[in-house]
Amino acid sequence: MSSLLRRNKLAAFGFIVICSLTFVALFAPWIMPYDPSVQDLASRLLGPSWDHPFGNDELGRDILSRVLLGARISMRVGAMVVLLSGIFGVLIGGIAGYVGGRIDTFVTVVVVNSLMAFPGVLLAIALVAFLGPGIDRLIFALSVVGLAGYARLARGQVLKVKTLEFVEAAIALGASGPRIFFLHVLPSIIQPILVQVSIGMAAAIMFEASLSFLGLGIAPPAPSWGAMLNDGRGHLFDAPHMVVFPSVALVLTVLSFNFLGDALRDWLDPKSLKS
Amino acid sequence: MAAFLLRRLVLTIPVVWIVVTLVFALIHIVPGDPVAQMLGEGAPQPEIQKLRHELGLDLPLLEQYRIYLLGLLRGDLGTSFRNQESVLRAIATRYPATIQLAAAAILVSLILSIPAGVVSAVKRGTVLDSAIGVFSLLGLSLPNFALGPLLILLFSIFLGVLPVSGRGGLAHLILPAITLGGGLAAITTRMVRSSMLEEIQQDYIRTARAKGLPERVVLFRHALRNGMLPVVTILGLQAGALLAGAIITESVFAWPGLGRLTVQAINARDYPLLQGCILTISLSYILVNLLTDAIYSVVDPRIRYE
Repeated sequence: MSSLLRRNKLAAFGFIVICSLTFVALFAPWIMPYDPSVQDLASRLLGPSWDHPFGNDELGRDILSRVLLGARISMRVGAMVVLLSGIFGVLIGGIAGYVGGRIDTFVTVVVVNSLMAFPGVLLAIALVAFLGPGIDRLIFALSVVGLAGYARLARGQVLKVKTLEFVEAAIALGASGPRIFFLHVLPSIIQPILVQVSIGMAAAIMFEASLSFLGLGIAPPAPSWGAMLNDGRGHLFDAPHMVVFPSVALVLTVLSFNFLGDALRDWLDPKSLKS
Repeated sequence: MAAFLLRRLVLTIPVVWIVVTLVFALIHIVPGDPVAQMLGEGAPQPEIQKLRHELGLDLPLLEQYRIYLLGLLRGDLGTSFRNQESVLRAIATRYPATIQLAAAAILVSLILSIPAGVVSAVKRGTVLDSAIGVFSLLGLSLPNFALGPLLILLFSIFLGVLPVSGRGGLAHLILPAITLGGGLAAITTRMVRSSMLEEIQQDYIRTARAKGLPERVVLFRHALRNGMLPVVTILGLQAGALLAGAIITESVFAWPGLGRLTVQAINARDYPLLQGCILTISLSYILVNLLTDAIYSVVDPRIRYE
């Protein structure tokens, strides 16, 4: 990993941004200069200043503090979605690929194909629109959307790995099915899953912001970057900073995860470097 | 050819059935009573009962499903709960605007991605290649709802050259098309680059160069034509996803299409209209994928024999 970061400057940049974001997400309540929910109507829509480097929003709230707390929400949603969809997706797809037969057909047809028959963002919108807003429902909806990708990837990888000699050797030594699956097969498919995690984190953060932008995600007054952008839309003429700073935070975050994911993919698959 | 398309069409039927069934199931996953949700808090019980009866939600589930499927076969998507308009008519009047926007977005993406991808492949390993690579990733990381307002800020507010929102002439189409097509351009650029890299190493390209053909002809008439095959697939798959992306872009630019109608249905908790919108977008997605396969089999006959 350290050799990858030394060689690839963009990946190193992404890694540094992600580490900084994680720090901000963990310690946001202590490093925010102001309480992000305190309204100061005398300062509404004021542009950047020394006291408020990112300016104030339509209720006079400090945008820097809201952007910092927004990082906590984005990272929390991203991490939970990746964790849930990753664990369940890899288990469902992996077991289907390993066991084969009817279970495999069921997983491929019912779980993967039916989820992939919808464009991801539409499925997320549909689920949240019917389930209602709230961070837990949002995480659930995005996990369902992300699950199919992990299941398909894990199934494909397991189908490849289970024919390799070390698996045959484990079978010959009398190891049980679950033991082979969890101790031998799963660890050997972890690398491509890691690439998917990095790209999945970017997608989850983007989806969360999209849904919050549409008013379907995080309920106000919690500061989601997407919701902040939606608030700023009505003030493009008089307070463009309301749009610029949350946009920059969002793009930088998604870009960093994509940089890292891209570099990981190239690193793990030397063939793609050649092309 | 016909056999290939027929086989592909038959394989699409279960996917359509799954989509139709899932869209039907959506209204049943609403926590609590969907009718009470639609009418809002504190709605009187008789009114809830009346609407439940009108929507057929008081019938057994299987009966509801049967009626829903029969309605779909007749082209009946139900009635909008808010303005009592036929859902099918509401969608039909907005759909052309979405198609227009999606087509313009594809055009924008092709205009940006083909030259960028070809240059990136030809100048592989140079600063230009890296810059195009970074811009592609930036395009992928820039969501529609961030790009849209930033473009409005630049072109409508600071420069004052393009309208902020609405649907009218060509000028109204430019910013929404760039917003929607930007992400697609990023994906397509990467695809054109990797596809061109493969093609320019082939023997027939060496032959074309040995014949003394100008480099422009070698690249665009020979390499790009073959290199576009995988690009067509990606473009087709992404074109379906564009329809979903239009939900956000149309909201940003107040574009009167299916996406904006979907958001209006969500905000009004107009579930019949929302179901109709989701079904239409999903079926369009499937149809575009099917058309992509058909086009691909025409462009590359080898695919029919696999």
